[in-house]
Amino acid sequence: MVLPCSGIGKVYGALARETTYELVEKVRPGLATTTCLPLLVIKDPEAVALVTENPVITIDGCPKDCAKKSVEALGKVVDKTYEAIKFYKEHKDLKPEGIAEVNETGRKLAAVAAEEVAKAVDELAAGEEK
Amino acid sequence: MDIQVAKVGVVSCSGEEIPEGTLCRLACRKVLDERPGETVTICLPLFIAGGEEERTFAQNYPTITVDGCDKLCAAKATEMLSGKPSKSLSVPEILKKHGRKPPDKLRHFGGEEEAAVKAVAAEIAKAVDEVLEEE
Repeated sequence: MVLPCSGIGKVYGALARETTYELVEKVRPGLATTTCLPLLVIKDPEAVALVTENPVITIDGCPKDCAKKSVEALGKVVDKTYEAIKFYKEHKDLKPEGIAEVNETGRKLAAVAAEEVAKAVDELAAGEEK
Repeated sequence: MDIQVAKVGVVSCSGEEIPEGTLCRLACRKVLDERPGETVTICLPLFIAGGEEERTFAQNYPTITVDGCDKLCAAKATEMLSGKPSKSLSVPEILKKHGRKPPDKLRHFGGEEEAAVKAVAAEIAKAVDEVLEEE
């Protein structure tokens, strides 16, 4: 389960979502999935079950860490956390722009980031199989 | 003389899992960008992850919630954790009213989806006007 930041005010929130979409649609479809973060806020039973019964990765867009804290509020320890800005710090040639959605460069960065997050997905999936 | 201009809170469903969630985010962002002096927003999960300031959002601003599906996360979370919204809008209902198809992809919207974003944004802007008038 990969949960990105919900923000519509900062570029790294948009990068977190684009990375998640890249991961669940292209890089690890079928293995990685996502759900709406606000469903956890209203404690939707199906979404809560998905999150509490599966390994969880969060990708936050700012230091307020909403995605991570929303999972922790359910008593679940997040298996792997990312701050989206980390992907840019490691790939300074790919500066994302945009607020609700990232630009073309941001999409390229999201593709790179999704490959990195996929490694964590694979490790967690392998751990589940043991 | 200073004139106090009221701001309206716009709380968007983030709907990461559904195309209507993306439409909702883009429409809310469009209104926030076009009405910067009259609107303000908050990331919905901050009602849990944030502090006192975030939790009193709907007490500090008359608030419009915009939801992408019938689970109504934005309306419910705002009412449960912050305060009763002044208005609650539903993307599926707005699309139906405007005779538009729901989007079928999560990202990278094209012309048809952009037209739907504009229709939803227009309804949000209309609701902002109504709330400001009531205030």
